[in-house]
Amino acid sequence: MSIAGETGAAPRGLTRGQAWGIVAFFAAAVFAWLLFAVWPDWLNAILISKKAFFSSIFNGITLAGLYFLVASGFTLVFGLMRNVNLAHGSLYLLGAYLGYEVTRITGYWLVGVAAGFAVLAVLGLLMQVFVFRRLEGDDLRQTLVTIGISIVAADLMLWMWTGATYQIATPAWLDGAVKLPVVTAYRSSGDAVFLTYPFYRLVVLAAAIVIGIGLWLLLNRTRVGMMIRAGVDDRAMLAASGVNVHAVFAVVFAIGAGLAGFAGVVGGSALSVAPGEDVRYLLASLVVVIVGGMGSITGAAIGALLIGLAEQVGLVYFPTYGIVLTFVIMVVTLAIRPQGIMGKAR
Amino acid sequence: MSLALPTSDPTRAATPAFAGGGLAHLVLAAVLVLYPAVASDFFLTQIGAYSLILGMVALSLMLLAGYGGMVSLAQLSVAGMAGYAVAIFGLNSSGVHGFGWPWWIVVPFAVLIAGIASALIGAISSRTDGIYTIMITLAIATATFYFTQQNYALFNGFPGFAGIRAPEFWGVFWRDPVPFYYVTLAVAALCYAAVLYAARSTFGLALQAIRDNPRRMRAIGFDVTAHKIVAYFFAGLIAGLAGVLLVWFNGRISPGTINVAAAINILIIAVIGGMRHPIGPFLGALVVVLMQTFAIDLIGAERFNTLIGLFFLVIVFASPDGLLGLWGRFRPRSGQESLGPSP
Repeated sequence: MSIAGETGAAPRGLTRGQAWGIVAFFAAAVFAWLLFAVWPDWLNAILISKKAFFSSIFNGITLAGLYFLVASGFTLVFGLMRNVNLAHGSLYLLGAYLGYEVTRITGYWLVGVAAGFAVLAVLGLLMQVFVFRRLEGDDLRQTLVTIGISIVAADLMLWMWTGATYQIATPAWLDGAVKLPVVTAYRSSGDAVFLTYPFYRLVVLAAAIVIGIGLWLLLNRTRVGMMIRAGVDDRAMLAASGVNVHAVFAVVFAIGAGLAGFAGVVGGSALSVAPGEDVRYLLASLVVVIVGGMGSITGAAIGALLIGLAEQVGLVYFPTYGIVLTFVIMVVTLAIRPQGIMGKAR
Repeated sequence: MSLALPTSDPTRAATPAFAGGGLAHLVLAAVLVLYPAVASDFFLTQIGAYSLILGMVALSLMLLAGYGGMVSLAQLSVAGMAGYAVAIFGLNSSGVHGFGWPWWIVVPFAVLIAGIASALIGAISSRTDGIYTIMITLAIATATFYFTQQNYALFNGFPGFAGIRAPEFWGVFWRDPVPFYYVTLAVAALCYAAVLYAARSTFGLALQAIRDNPRRMRAIGFDVTAHKIVAYFFAGLIAGLAGVLLVWFNGRISPGTINVAAAINILIIAVIGGMRHPIGPFLGALVVVLMQTFAIDLIGAERFNTLIGLFFLVIVFASPDGLLGLWGRFRPRSGQESLGPSP
C-alpha cells in the first residue's frame, strides 16, 4: 500500500507522512490567514461574513466537545463489551435533569455537575451488574434491553419533569462573553471589531479537552487502562490471563454512564434540557462512533469534531439540509473505511 | 454472529402449528375474512386494519432479521418514504406539491421508491455487519426523521402533508371501513405468502445460510452483499405497500409518523411477536395495538410507553423468540435455540 513509506527517505520523492505534513501545513496556513486577516469582500460574499463563519466554527468545536463527552462513554462501553447501549441518550438526559434539580436545591452549579456524574456512574454500575451481566455475550438481546430501558426511562422522565424546557443556571463566574483576538471588521472610525464568544462555551470545550486527555492517560498509562485496552482487543484472552473482567466491565460502564451524566449537566447549562434531547444525543453518539471507529477515544474525538462542525456549519450555510451533511459524512466513512476512521478491522 | 437465529432445519424452525401451513392457515384465513361480519367499524379499522399495516412493516423487519440476521430499524422510514411519495405525487390538501397523478401510477411508483430506498440503506449498512447494522439503521432512521422535519421544500417540514385520500373506483371509496379492511387484508396476505414462499426459495435458503455463516457462503462463491441488498429491496417493497396503506389510513403523513419512537415501536412489535415465522409480526402488531387502545382504561394514556416498554423487557428476558417462542415452549423440543450467539 505505502511503497513510499517502506522505502523511507528514498530519492523517489516524498513519503506519505511528509506529503500529509505539507497538506496539513498549508491547511493550517490558510486557516490562520482566514482567522487573522480582515476578509476581502469576495470572501465575505461567499461565506456570508467572517463573524458568521467563525461563530459557526467555534460553535461547532464546542458542540464537538459536548458530543465527545457523550460519545466517549458510548464508544468505551461498545468497544469493550460489544454492548450497544441505546439508552445512552437517556443517561445524558437523566444527568441533565438531576443536575438541574441539584443546582436548584443546593444553589451550587459544581455540586450539580458532580451529582450528575456520580449518580449516573452508580446507575451505570447497577445496570451493568444487574442487567447486562445476565445477558453477556448476547449482543442483540443486550441491545433490545437497552431499547426497552430507554423507552421506559423517557416516559418516566416525561412524567417526572413534564414536557417543559429547563435551563440549568450557571454561576456568575461562568457567564459573560470574552473577546477573542480575532478581528472581524473595522468600523469607519478605524476601531477594530473583535469576535466575542460566550465564556461558558469555552469552558465546555476546555473541560472536554481535559477529560479527553484524562481518558487517554487512563487508557494508555495505567494498569486499569491496559486491562481495558486488552479487553477491547481480546476479551477472552484477558479473562484467561487472570483478570477479573467483570470488575473491568463495571468500571468502564460506570465511567461511560458517568460521562454521559456529566455531559448532560454541562450540555444542559449551555443549551437546554427537554424531552427529545435523549434521541438527539443518542444520534450524535451513534454517528460519532460509526465515523470515529468503535472503541477508540481518539476516534471519538475526531468523529465528534467532524459531526459538530458539520452540524453547526450546516446550520449557517444550508439550514434545511444540515442533517444531510452529517449523514453524508457517515455514508462516506462507511464506504471508504467501514470500521471507522480509527477503528481496527476485525 | 449473534444476530443469527440458528436453526438446524428451516421447516422445523417454524412454530409447529404453522409449519405445515394447511389447516391452521385455512382457519386463520376464514376468521380474518369473516371478521367484518362481527366487528364494528372501530374494531375493523383501528384494530384490524391498523394491526395488519403495522404487522406488514414489522414483517419487512422480520424478513431481514429472521432470515438475514440484519436487524434494521429503518423499515418505518422506508414505509414513510412511500407515504411521502403518495402525498407528493398524488393529491394532498396542504398546498405543497400534490402532482395529482392517478393512484395506479402513484402506488407502484411509491412502492418502487421504497424498495430502492431500502436497497440503498441495505447497501450502506451491509458495509459492516452484526450489531453495527442496528446502529447504522437507527442513525439513518433518526436522520430521516430530522431531515423530513427540517426540510420544507421537499417534505413540507413539521406539518407534513394532510388530506391524502384513498382512491375511489368501481363505485367504492376504498377508505370506507369494510373495503379498506379487505384491501389491507389482501395486501397483508399477499406479503405474508410472498415471505413464506421466499423463505423456501433458493434465494431464501441462501439468505438463511448467509445469516448462519457468511464466510462459508462467500467461500462457496455466493455474493453475500448482493443477497443482503436484494433482501433489503424485497423488505422495502413490503414496507412500501404498508406505507401506502398507512398514509391512506391516516389521511396524512408528517415527521411524527416516522419518528424514532415509532421506528422502535416496529422493532418492539417484531420482537414481541417473534421473528422465527412471518406470522409473528402480525401477532405482535395485534398485541401492541390492543394494548395501545385499551391501556388507557388500565393506566391512563400518558403512561402507555412505560407499560409497553416493561412488557417488551419482560419478553426479551423471558422469551427471546417472542410470543411465538412462548407458544413453542408448550411442546417439548430438543435443545431450544433462541436469539443466542452461535457457537
